[in-house]
Amino acid sequence: MDTFIQQLINGLTLGAVYAMVALGYTMVYGIIQLINFAHGEVVMIGAMVAFSVIGALVGADTGLSAPIIVLAGGVVAVPLCIAVACTMERVAYRPLRAAPRLAPLITAIGISIILQHLAMMLWSRNPLAFPQILDNRVFHFGAATVTSVQLAIWTVATLMMAALSILVYRTRLGIAMRATSQNPLVAGLMGIDINRVILATFALGAALAAIAGVMVGTYYGIAHYTMGSLLGLKAFCAAVLGGIGNIPGAMLGGLLLGLVEALGAGYIGDLTNNWFGSNYQDVFAFIVLILVLVFRPSGLLGERVADRT
Amino acid sequence: MSAPLLEVHAIAKRFGGVQALADVSFVVGTGEIYGLIGPNGAGKTTLFNVISGLTAPDAGSITLEDQPLTGLKPHRIAQAGIARTFQNIRLFANLSALENVMIGRHARTSAGLVNAILRTNAQRTEEAAIEARAFALLEYVGIAAHADALARNLAYGDQRRLEIARALATEPKLLALDEPAAGMNPTETQALRVLLERIRAGGITLLLIEHDMRLVMGLCDRVLVLDFGRRIAEGAPREIQLDAAVIAAYLGTPAA
Repeated sequence: MDTFIQQLINGLTLGAVYAMVALGYTMVYGIIQLINFAHGEVVMIGAMVAFSVIGALVGADTGLSAPIIVLAGGVVAVPLCIAVACTMERVAYRPLRAAPRLAPLITAIGISIILQHLAMMLWSRNPLAFPQILDNRVFHFGAATVTSVQLAIWTVATLMMAALSILVYRTRLGIAMRATSQNPLVAGLMGIDINRVILATFALGAALAAIAGVMVGTYYGIAHYTMGSLLGLKAFCAAVLGGIGNIPGAMLGGLLLGLVEALGAGYIGDLTNNWFGSNYQDVFAFIVLILVLVFRPSGLLGERVADRT
Repeated sequence: MSAPLLEVHAIAKRFGGVQALADVSFVVGTGEIYGLIGPNGAGKTTLFNVISGLTAPDAGSITLEDQPLTGLKPHRIAQAGIARTFQNIRLFANLSALENVMIGRHARTSAGLVNAILRTNAQRTEEAAIEARAFALLEYVGIAAHADALARNLAYGDQRRLEIARALATEPKLLALDEPAAGMNPTETQALRVLLERIRAGGITLLLIEHDMRLVMGLCDRVLVLDFGRRIAEGAPREIQLDAAVIAAYLGTPAA
């Protein structure tokens, strides 16, 4: 039972991060039917930038408190990630918007490789240790524990997702995004500048990704130039699980995937008589992906969308 | 004729081997109801697509109040003052009726990412004003009772009305309607006619593609007839009905 609660807590933390990243995949897919495989790299850049900023502030001995320093990392990472995402949209996706779907998918993979190697040149090919400055207080629930970093991740993720929901379902920009995703042609006729709406979608996804990057860095204490690819693929699985293109679906899919992974890792040893250990954790996301694609391709909350004319 | 609003000059458009439009010119005066008729495949909808910026013409030019529109993106043309509806209704099916109309207000207001995130007071006030205006438009076309229903759940006739309300929300000078009475019964068509006359009385010029000849002849000030992408006649409804070329286009020429 203690394992169960502990893995539930870990799973919710992981899930919160997946959800934030999955939102970026799902929003971009919803609006231009592109799976932006470079999205994981935006998360990585967010983590890397935060690493540099936090490192610099700690080194400069500014006397700022630890949470403020981490916050500063996020504040710098968000606009930089937005710039990266908007540049890739402008350079690699917009010129191909009328091309067959395979073409932008391939440029997405190309962008992903370019970003990884740029990051490798800028930072390092070795894993970078995040300065552990946050006073990681531990709260006990029986034998299970919650850390203050986990609580912070839950809080920030909840706030960000609530803000995104308000933006998408309550503001004019949100209506424009939903209208563009349903029918870009008619949205244009209504005076909506499609290109701006698409750019705004990329920017929102990138902001969430940047914050997710800071979270992952602080949580695991490590950043590496390849960290985005597996994280990105898993978040993509989460988006598919929830129903790609569906915003509440990405949130739900992210949380569920985090739970499946954590519980799977927690119990796989017991269930297989220690044939498989918790290092097989990464397998679960892809098992989920395959099961969803076979049994419910539209995802948990997705609905079959009529072909547009 | 009143002052010219829309001037279409020598528009040509070819799709592969089909000359969809050839040298089509006409002028719509401010406050007119101008009809566009012709047999199926005459190029009417292509002409609408060219006017609204969805299709680039091969040749020719279009101006609205002397402002050139040729080559502009659809959202620029909407901002310039042309709104349209579609022969096959194209609403945002998964948005509510009210949201569909609020979309139309985009042409007249700006909504940036920064504003949406900051949610300033001015922004909130503007959004409230947009919502009020959208609701008023739903009342205007007579479907305010369904404001919160998803567009796809509305009855067919109401969807047509919603499309008109959404087009009106862009505050057009010219409203282009592609077969608004298609699929309507005589009662609905009569109600539509009343609505269209009210819109014109409100100062909006109408360009109308319609197959319902009673509606066209009763409503339009002037009518342009297209056949195989060419202009074959233009004039008041009464003259058009007697025009030999028009009769030939619709009924075929008698065998010699």
